[in-house]
Amino acid sequence: MDFLNIPLPAILAQLVVGLINGSFYALLSLGLAIIFGLLNIINFAHGAQYMLGAFVAWFGVQYLGVNYWAALILVPLTVGAFGMLLERTLLSRLYREDHLYGLLLTFGLALIIEGVFVQLYGVSGKPYATPESLRGALNLGFMFLPKYRAWVIVASLVVCLGSWLIIERTKLGAYLRAGTENSQLLQAFGVNVPLMITLTYGFGVALAAFAGVLAAPIFQVSPKMGSDLIIVVFAVVVIGGMGSILGSIVTGLGLGLVEGLTKVIWPQASGTVIFVIMAIVLLIRPAGLFGKEK
Amino acid sequence: MNFARKAGYAAVLGALAAGAAQAEISDGAVKIGVLTDMSGTYSDLAGPGVVAAAEMAIADMGGKVAGKPIVMLSADHQNKADIAANKAREWGDVEKVDAYVDLVTTSTALAVMEIAKQTHKVVLISGAGSSRITNEDCNPTAIHWTYDTYALAKGTGSAMVKEGGKTWFFLTADYAFGQNLQKDVTAVVEANGGQVLGAVKHPFPATDFSSFILQAQSSGAQVIGLANAGADTTNAIKAANEFGVVQSGQKLAGLLVFISDVHSLGLPVAQGLTLTTGFYWDYDDKTRAWSKRFFEKTGKMPTMVQAGVYSSLMHYFKAIEATGSDDGPTVVKQMKATPVEDFFARHGKIREDGRMVHDMYLAEVKKPAESKQPWDYYKILRVIPGDEAYLPLSESKCPLVKKS
Repeated sequence: MDFLNIPLPAILAQLVVGLINGSFYALLSLGLAIIFGLLNIINFAHGAQYMLGAFVAWFGVQYLGVNYWAALILVPLTVGAFGMLLERTLLSRLYREDHLYGLLLTFGLALIIEGVFVQLYGVSGKPYATPESLRGALNLGFMFLPKYRAWVIVASLVVCLGSWLIIERTKLGAYLRAGTENSQLLQAFGVNVPLMITLTYGFGVALAAFAGVLAAPIFQVSPKMGSDLIIVVFAVVVIGGMGSILGSIVTGLGLGLVEGLTKVIWPQASGTVIFVIMAIVLLIRPAGLFGKEK
Repeated sequence: MNFARKAGYAAVLGALAAGAAQAEISDGAVKIGVLTDMSGTYSDLAGPGVVAAAEMAIADMGGKVAGKPIVMLSADHQNKADIAANKAREWGDVEKVDAYVDLVTTSTALAVMEIAKQTHKVVLISGAGSSRITNEDCNPTAIHWTYDTYALAKGTGSAMVKEGGKTWFFLTADYAFGQNLQKDVTAVVEANGGQVLGAVKHPFPATDFSSFILQAQSSGAQVIGLANAGADTTNAIKAANEFGVVQSGQKLAGLLVFISDVHSLGLPVAQGLTLTTGFYWDYDDKTRAWSKRFFEKTGKMPTMVQAGVYSSLMHYFKAIEATGSDDGPTVVKQMKATPVEDFFARHGKIREDGRMVHDMYLAEVKKPAESKQPWDYYKILRVIPGDEAYLPLSESKCPLVKKS
């Protein structure tokens, strides 16, 4: 358990691995934060939508001959459209009700989607091959980093930063932020807020599906892959501050690093360390590290 | 007291004694309760396939045993000991179930065994793995059918050490089964002159194994032992593959790998893995004949757990047929007195501690080029005779074992 007994290369390697996991946390919590920010809905179906992303990618290869690179674009669009359908038909009925109803609805949806996939495909999951061009490993001196994992870091950083720029630096993003503050006022200015809400939900879901495609070659494509991850991602969002865009990205990556270090220092605790941090953060800053007190 | 009177008392007493264990089926039916994981981590290796195997056994008996109908109940124990215990108690009290079947996590098996101990019901365990079930926690009416951690350790552990894998590092699922497995394998490795360099206890279940694989790599051990099961094992194997563990000369030992795991990983990733199994569908004509029937019913080849459930139920039904009784202790006595020899078990016998000892198989996962047809996954390297595979009775801590 002694920190100093661990050689530096090992620590560096664990940090890199932590950064990879952090990339997934960041992508998923970003989607959750965007959805919560505008819709005020705690999207419990996020894990199921991530799983859907991986499965749709698998369907693509299996039945339609869609390769990985095409899947990276097409799958988020497909699953995002499915998300918009859910928003239009179900979620939109709940905006006037308490948060709790949205939470229960999305939680129920997650259970149904997962159950259907377990029934159809079993729990062991399906293999998804790593794309040809990303096989093999890079020698970083202190570790062999599989090329695919390096790609995951790059892809998720680009998407996270891109989303952040759109929200913070464009007119569309300005509408979105305005809607988060006061949607009625925004509607009074002639902006079609219901449409914007639908598109936003679709975008959040598409981010989850994108993460799902990224994860497919690393983990088994399995119905349970989302529920295993989603609880941690919720903790990330709470630590970052509900609805804070930058907060979710930074905490996602940061907690990936913390978790990575825990896995060398005290592996048994790696499953709980994020929740311990969450408890401490909530005690000291109830709104989260980047959240604003309301 | 004259002789006639004495004889009369004796006859009455004799009749009473016979009445207690009388040749009779209670409640007009033989009821079996299948408790398994229907939707969780272990549902592919047990779950619906176990229910299908039990249905096949009942159908092959013609739906009847000793002239009475066989009734099957099934439930999802969700791998939780409390749920399993509650269901078992309810089934025992209300439904009058005579035997509990499968039980796929050690904790659920131990919980149901405790209830069966009080009610003298039969427990036919196939899915659960810990050797505790027939060792320190053994039970007069419980039978452990398919495999256990000791046999896995003995099979895979000693084979790998003999092949030159002298130094070991474990990735261990941090709960009873994983720790038990690591302990059993460590004993085997050390007894064969090997050495354990270290272990990582990972949370159960864990998703990302890359960090643990890196630690195993840097340990420099020749063999990385995976003391876990199900999705943990498949994810660990995937990560090992990605980080080039095998290419850099280390070997992976899957200590509990089911054919459903290999099927889900695919041969390109799983090839070369050494493992121990209690059953393989493509072993000979008998295994193939039964497995093809199973495949037609379920669309999958059976795991050893599913085949074991069928085998244990048939042996149970035949014992009821022979004794005409469904009384737990009576049936188990008959089961223990009869050798087990069917498509599943070779040279099988049930010992006094409840262990069904049968031949085990040391297997290697084929390379994609060697696989000629779907589900053609294993090369059987060696048949491990039952007495060599399982814990010798002389080392048993089970109180039922009479020490000479």
